[in-house]
Amino acid sequence: MTERNTFTLDGEEVPFEPGQTIMNAALAAGRYIPHLCHHPEFKPFGSCKVCTVRINGWLGASCTTPATKGAKVESEAHDVQEARRAIVQMLFIEGNHFCPFCVKSGDCQLQAVAYHLGMEGTYLPHRFPSRRLDASHPDVLLDRDRCIACNLCARASRESDGKDVFGLSGRGVDTYLAVNSPSGLLKDTNIEPGDRALQVCPTGALMVKRRGYEKPIGERRFDQQAIEEEWESDY
Amino acid sequence: MVSTWLSTTLYDIAARYDHDRHALLQMLREVQAARSCVPEEAIQFFARHLNVPIVQVRGCVEFYSFLHATPRGQYDIYFSDSPTDRMAGGLAAAERLAALLGVEFGEPRSDGRVTVALTSCTGHCEQAPAGLVNRRVFTSMTEAKVGQMADLVERGVPVEQWPEEWFRIADSIRVSGPTLDTHVHPGDALRAALARGLPQTLDEVEASGLQGRGGAGFPVGRKWRGAYETRGIHYITCNADEGEPGTFKDRILLAGYANELFEGMTIAGLLVGAEKGYVYMRGEYEYMLPGLIDVLVARRDAGLLGEDVCGTGQRFDIAIHLGAGAYVCGEQSALLESLEGRRGIPRVRPPSAVKKGLLGQSTINNNVESFVQAAQIALNGGAWFAGLGEEKSRGTKLLSVAGDCSRPGIYELPLGTTVRELLELCGASHAKAVQIGGAAGRTVGRPEFDRHISYADLATGGSVMVFDERRDMVDLARQFAHFFAHESCGFCAPCRVGTQMLQHYADKLAAGQGSRHDLEQIRRIGQLVKGYAHCGLGETAPNALLDTLERFPEEYEAHLLEAADFVPEFDVDAAVSEARTITGRQDHLHPIHYPAPRIEP
Repeated sequence: MTERNTFTLDGEEVPFEPGQTIMNAALAAGRYIPHLCHHPEFKPFGSCKVCTVRINGWLGASCTTPATKGAKVESEAHDVQEARRAIVQMLFIEGNHFCPFCVKSGDCQLQAVAYHLGMEGTYLPHRFPSRRLDASHPDVLLDRDRCIACNLCARASRESDGKDVFGLSGRGVDTYLAVNSPSGLLKDTNIEPGDRALQVCPTGALMVKRRGYEKPIGERRFDQQAIEEEWESDY
Repeated sequence: MVSTWLSTTLYDIAARYDHDRHALLQMLREVQAARSCVPEEAIQFFARHLNVPIVQVRGCVEFYSFLHATPRGQYDIYFSDSPTDRMAGGLAAAERLAALLGVEFGEPRSDGRVTVALTSCTGHCEQAPAGLVNRRVFTSMTEAKVGQMADLVERGVPVEQWPEEWFRIADSIRVSGPTLDTHVHPGDALRAALARGLPQTLDEVEASGLQGRGGAGFPVGRKWRGAYETRGIHYITCNADEGEPGTFKDRILLAGYANELFEGMTIAGLLVGAEKGYVYMRGEYEYMLPGLIDVLVARRDAGLLGEDVCGTGQRFDIAIHLGAGAYVCGEQSALLESLEGRRGIPRVRPPSAVKKGLLGQSTINNNVESFVQAAQIALNGGAWFAGLGEEKSRGTKLLSVAGDCSRPGIYELPLGTTVRELLELCGASHAKAVQIGGAAGRTVGRPEFDRHISYADLATGGSVMVFDERRDMVDLARQFAHFFAHESCGFCAPCRVGTQMLQHYADKLAAGQGSRHDLEQIRRIGQLVKGYAHCGLGETAPNALLDTLERFPEEYEAHLLEAADFVPEFDVDAAVSEARTITGRQDHLHPIHYPAPRIEP
């Protein structure tokens, strides 16, 4: 009988397949590690760093770090949770995230992860960006002020939709979600309302037009259950 | 419509690089040079012609500082803006020139004549203030001389006819040692390595204890061994993107030791069976390109590069790629991304470059100085090198010293030399603080001048900046905060936003609006960025602020708003000023918020 590959996550054993990341092994075992740019269906990206854990004393993004046998992984250590909260605060102040008025409220992972981490305010100077909005497409809206540059739509478009509609461009704080068409506008792409790229947006950056209030506030995904209970339905 | 002239030109540019999409950045650089911008037609042409996503081409234009979507002035002038340039009067000179020419920084004049801009350190710190005009490097450009420069611009005198002494670049070697004193006759190190046997030469490199001279200090022999033991295709890349503010030692090596550099790369190439090597040189050093190409041609003619290197039957050749203004490309994996024609975004590790580097293949990437010293080790043996330096930091290191000292320049010293010894050599008798390792390095004050410059203590890729009693440490840290906010690639959230926050708090302090709470925020966000950022750039970005905060607390105290524990970020008066203007209300005469309103009646 071969010995099982396991590591410990906050003291509890988690099995893994060789080559599996800490994140995917944890999720497969029903353990939630907060994350925003990760989705097990798509290639890991590792940019939001919200899923950072301490692995044998070293900090690393759990979505890109391969699991190793016997590793001691700490996810819910006080300082790690505090840092995650600070990163989410940074994402909030970097863009314009106006939860009470946003049609994504209640379905938004950024909001849900903020609640999960006990974020009560941003406590940082807001940047109030004014990025270019793309309303050119008849059915799809891109509000870049609500984009957190997670690149999930770009990956989903390539890997799932078989298209190549998005990509990140710019540099530093001017990094933005660019549209891969000669005009740079959504109307000149082959995106469709049913595309996976639109479903995976963790915020209200990419939305299908005229569907905003199909489900009333109060009955939405994270209105019912916190993300740490609810995340599985996404996958 | 794409004009015939333009499409022909673009096609010719692509042809010069064998229509290789990985050379996209090189092609875009050529368009920028020829057209003073990369026009939309060029972006669309390369996307179509090279079959790459248009967002990748546009991404490069938007990412690299020396590429522009809209035309620059006919005279495109950049002033190097490193602390040592500022101390020599660089910023004052740039401001004066802009005022004389009637331009704002970075904005072309309405007649298209000129652009004046600031750029990150150009690597000529010992001859500051330095800068670039139409990609040519000028040095010692003080405020007194810019009047003449403005006149030349207004009269439309071609840059080739500007005073020759403005473009003179000294080699500035102050203390030489075994590295600078050993000139390898072309082919000698290579033949010595082949005579000894390449695996045996690898043993010598390992025995030498040579560590990566870019500053990270990874053992060179171990890296080469890793690649040697990896099957498949291999590449050799050389990091000549010397962008760390205050570093100019690779400039000296590229100018005078190119044979040694290429020889080191060739030995590594033959060892692992690579057929191609790339030198990734920062765009600011473009003026050295013709000289380097001459050396490559001579080496090909001598059979030291090409189809059959030194009669081994093995093929190996070297190409030089230029960067386009992005500090992050000095990070190994960002450099590889850039070499493949994309934005310089650091990759996820693992895998390491040795396992999966350029084009997904095993890659040995070393700094210029590392390859030069490896060639010398191949010639002289590992013991020759290991006998110098100290226990955990073998050999000598090239240090580039600038700032408040009477003898700035290059010092080749054994690792383990103390800060104090270096300060005595360079004539810095009034030093208050020394920045070792550039913007990403560490700041030390007088009580620490007996610390060692070595991998075990104060590591550096070469940068040493000296500051004397006149300097405001808070302002220096603020300059570094601005540098990182500008150079962060934007990939990961902690660095992308964190460097902006650090810049914000540093500015708030400098404006005299800082409170104790803001110092706490710098500490808290600094630690967060250090611990959670994706790459070395972010991990080191808060160093200068955190180090100076710890070592010069009294200078920070002096910047605080008296007795303020907290100064709000939100300035009500500023926020309502527009409404006041529109409505003509005069209530700004009665400040409704502290601090007092900045608007004038």
